[in-house]
Amino acid sequence: MAKRKANRPVATPSLAKLKKVLTGIEGLDEITDGGFPAGRPTLVCGNAGCGKTLLAVEFLVRGAQQYGEAGVLVSFEENEEELYENMASLGFDLRRLEIQKKLAIDHVYLERSEIEETGEYDLEGLFIRINHAVQSVGAKRIVLDTIEALFGGIPNENILRSELRRLFRWLKDQGLTAVITAEQGDGTLTRHGLEEYVADCVIMLDHQVSEQTSTRRVRIVKYRGSTHGTIQYPFLIDENGMSVLPLTSIGLNHKVSTARISTGIARLDAMMEGKGYFKGSSILASGTAGTGKTSMAMHLADAACSRGERCLYIASEESADQVVRNGKSIGLNLSKWRTRGLLEFKNARPTLTGLEKHLVTIHKQVNQFDPKVVIFDPISNMSAIGEGAEVQSMLMRMLDFFKSRGITSFCTSLTHGGDALEKTEVGISSIMDTWLLLRDIEYSGERTRVMYILKSRGMAHSNQMREFLITSKGVDLLDIYVGSGRVLTGAARAAQEMKEKQIDIG
Amino acid sequence: MTKESNNWDLRLYVAGQTSKSVLALTNLKKICEEHLGSKYSIEVIDLSKNPQLAKGDQILAVPTLVRKLPPPLRKIIGDLSNTEKVLVGLDIASRKGL
Repeated sequence: MAKRKANRPVATPSLAKLKKVLTGIEGLDEITDGGFPAGRPTLVCGNAGCGKTLLAVEFLVRGAQQYGEAGVLVSFEENEEELYENMASLGFDLRRLEIQKKLAIDHVYLERSEIEETGEYDLEGLFIRINHAVQSVGAKRIVLDTIEALFGGIPNENILRSELRRLFRWLKDQGLTAVITAEQGDGTLTRHGLEEYVADCVIMLDHQVSEQTSTRRVRIVKYRGSTHGTIQYPFLIDENGMSVLPLTSIGLNHKVSTARISTGIARLDAMMEGKGYFKGSSILASGTAGTGKTSMAMHLADAACSRGERCLYIASEESADQVVRNGKSIGLNLSKWRTRGLLEFKNARPTLTGLEKHLVTIHKQVNQFDPKVVIFDPISNMSAIGEGAEVQSMLMRMLDFFKSRGITSFCTSLTHGGDALEKTEVGISSIMDTWLLLRDIEYSGERTRVMYILKSRGMAHSNQMREFLITSKGVDLLDIYVGSGRVLTGAARAAQEMKEKQIDIG
Repeated sequence: MTKESNNWDLRLYVAGQTSKSVLALTNLKKICEEHLGSKYSIEVIDLSKNPQLAKGDQILAVPTLVRKLPPPLRKIIGDLSNTEKVLVGLDIASRKGL
């Protein structure tokens, strides 16, 4: 007796974490804090065409390919051939997985008109089929897509509901990690109230159209016994399947560098303790049209490539050739870096795709190219495709992403004439580490440019205004004339200097 | 009228010897004897022994009675306790009139 007592497990405090199964879907594991609950069902609901089946199938495919967990797909809507075709467009070869015994597909088809009912029955046939499929591949994962179709096929809802309850119980008993898809109902999570049975983890997919571009979003409605992100995360479906963008979850714990990199403009370096920008920081250059923002960006790109670092140049207004040509006019040979593969351009009109798509393509580009410096020129026209808050959150996530990779990012932003200068269109100046302000001054029939550092976190930067000259040898910064209570630039400065010289001589 | 065209090829899917399946088979035999004479054959398929057979005829519910012949395919789910419904479901009433 005493021995048995000793063997009894000590009541451990419920600190043991819920066991989870990685889905392998990009980003989804991050927002669920480690995947779906192991050995339990997860409900994925949403409207038609929101990507439920894809999420479910990818869960199986990734499980089979990356985690060695075989899966069963019980499809109530699409048959095998349709699934093969539809998933091939996303790069999933279901047929091969079937041959490799990593996946079993059972298409369960019901035609109400063929069925007459008389007397008592149960759905043991379905259980036997599922069990058979599970046994045939030794499945750990299972998808029921979408089991609600049964409500159209089984005449007796009472029997169906009690059998569904039994089915979910059975799935749990088998230790299968299940994904159940369901159509969203009117004001309810699912049309037939499946959430009643699957209560551990509920994921909602959504498809919204705003400003003529549609955005897919995913939200974790509930996750029993686990922390999870609460906001709607945008996700994309492309040729590699689904990717969720959990970038807001990166947080503020990225490593900061004390290393410095040259701005490419000697006098600007001098204004920043003679060393330039912090490596991995974010820099914003804002100003009205034609004040030299792009020129500064090109200098930075040139400086990075001269050091042998890769630079990604995202140009949303000019074509790559145009940027290169313009660079030549200020004495920068950017085409040289292009041919050496150090400088890569990415052209994208912001209006072509939605914000999230931009974010993802930038993500992918950065992952492939692995740049040290990213230039985004200009970010201000991103506001053409989204509402203020959305654009801001997208840019914030993008900058966070760059920072987490230790990438120095340089963004330019156009300020419209008439707007306050210390205002950027997309309201992201507060999250920038360094903010350079460019403006023009009109005085006695001449337009000249001035530049100053509005802020630069973590360094003792100069507070002086500089006259900003764009010459055929590049950007140059000159001291401006400050004296007798006036600021003089350009010809007026030269005249004033001349006058003073004469006075000195005189 | 040839004998073939009058042949009733019926399959009864069950899962183990449950009361429902026993009842269904008893009911079916009775109905067939009364209404189809000798022109029928019943094949009982126990899915608990042959699970792979469930897929072919798309069986979910048990017991399920499938009329393979004459076409078209008809399905009746349940223990077949309502004779009238079985006759309608199998379309026996109208076919007998032919």
